[in-house]
Amino acid sequence: MLVLKLFWEFFKIGAFTFGGGYAMISMVKTALVDKRKWLSEDEFWECITLAQSLPGVFAINMALYTGFKICGKSGAALAMAGAALPSVIIIVLIASFIQNINGLKTVKDIFAGIRPCVIALILVPGLTMLKKAKLDKRTFWIPILACLAVCLLGISPVYLIIVAIIAGIILAKYALRNS
Amino acid sequence: MVFLQLFWVFFKIGLFGFGGGYTMVSMIRMEVVDGYGWMTAGEYADLLAMSQMTPGPISINTATFVGFTQGGILGSVIATLSLCLPSIILMSFVIALFFKHKESPYVKKPMAVMTPVVAGLIISAAVMMCDKESFTSVLSYVIFGVTVVAHYFFKVNPILLIILSGIAGWLWGLC
Repeated sequence: MLVLKLFWEFFKIGAFTFGGGYAMISMVKTALVDKRKWLSEDEFWECITLAQSLPGVFAINMALYTGFKICGKSGAALAMAGAALPSVIIIVLIASFIQNINGLKTVKDIFAGIRPCVIALILVPGLTMLKKAKLDKRTFWIPILACLAVCLLGISPVYLIIVAIIAGIILAKYALRNS
Repeated sequence: MVFLQLFWVFFKIGLFGFGGGYTMVSMIRMEVVDGYGWMTAGEYADLLAMSQMTPGPISINTATFVGFTQGGILGSVIATLSLCLPSIILMSFVIALFFKHKESPYVKKPMAVMTPVVAGLIISAAVMMCDKESFTSVLSYVIFGVTVVAHYFFKVNPILLIILSGIAGWLWGLC
């Protein structure tokens, strides 16, 4: 059953996501594109763009869009459930039995190892997506500017997405008029 | 009714939350600490630290935690589902618009501009995580470098890389 396999892939990913939803991108790509070949690379990056451009939890959006592409509505529902379920199970267990895991030295050491790995795992899909965007002399500054605006000026990504959508609509109007 | 309140708080955050887990987490703090007074700022900080240490998206973890403290298992399920609900509703609209008009220039051009912007946003998320807390020793730099090379060039499975990094951090702590 395709939907059950989809659920299982997202369940595994949910259980190993540390450091937020962005860390999921490389895992989802490895599972759905490279390993299972359920999506093409282009379809995958299209889903990522949509997931990031809409409000809500990025990881959930990503599960919904890739799940829908692969298996329709039931795919979207089960991918979402798979991504969220490990969190719910693990946290209910922890909250029931352990008061504070932060104090444990072993936990701290393990996370000291995981943190730089997660940063790398977020950086790599960002770079891969840059390649996919097929930038040229006229457009290479777009990702640099977006990155600097967020990191240095603290501008909310919402505004950048809105500007991008408006720019796209103007370009479309312009292209239609010229054709 | 605490369940209705949980639903409303997390539905709002799911609807207006934007820009990744960390912005959502501060929105949740405003509601939970300042708004409803369900917990103190200190308790929320502890809860947040736990959410970052447990697997899964951070905002989902935080919602589950808050829901559990307020309404047990049912509370955690309600909080998590409410957080996801706006995404589900929006998706049905977007699919109707996007997948049906995929070839229209009014969809194609905005997507073409958004893709490099989103790439920049993802890279910025990685850049902003690079602080002293993430790079504590030589080992951190080694793990970072090895992961980039292993994943980018050799497509090593990210889950395996996370497990190995955790083991490396644990062994380093033992020495």
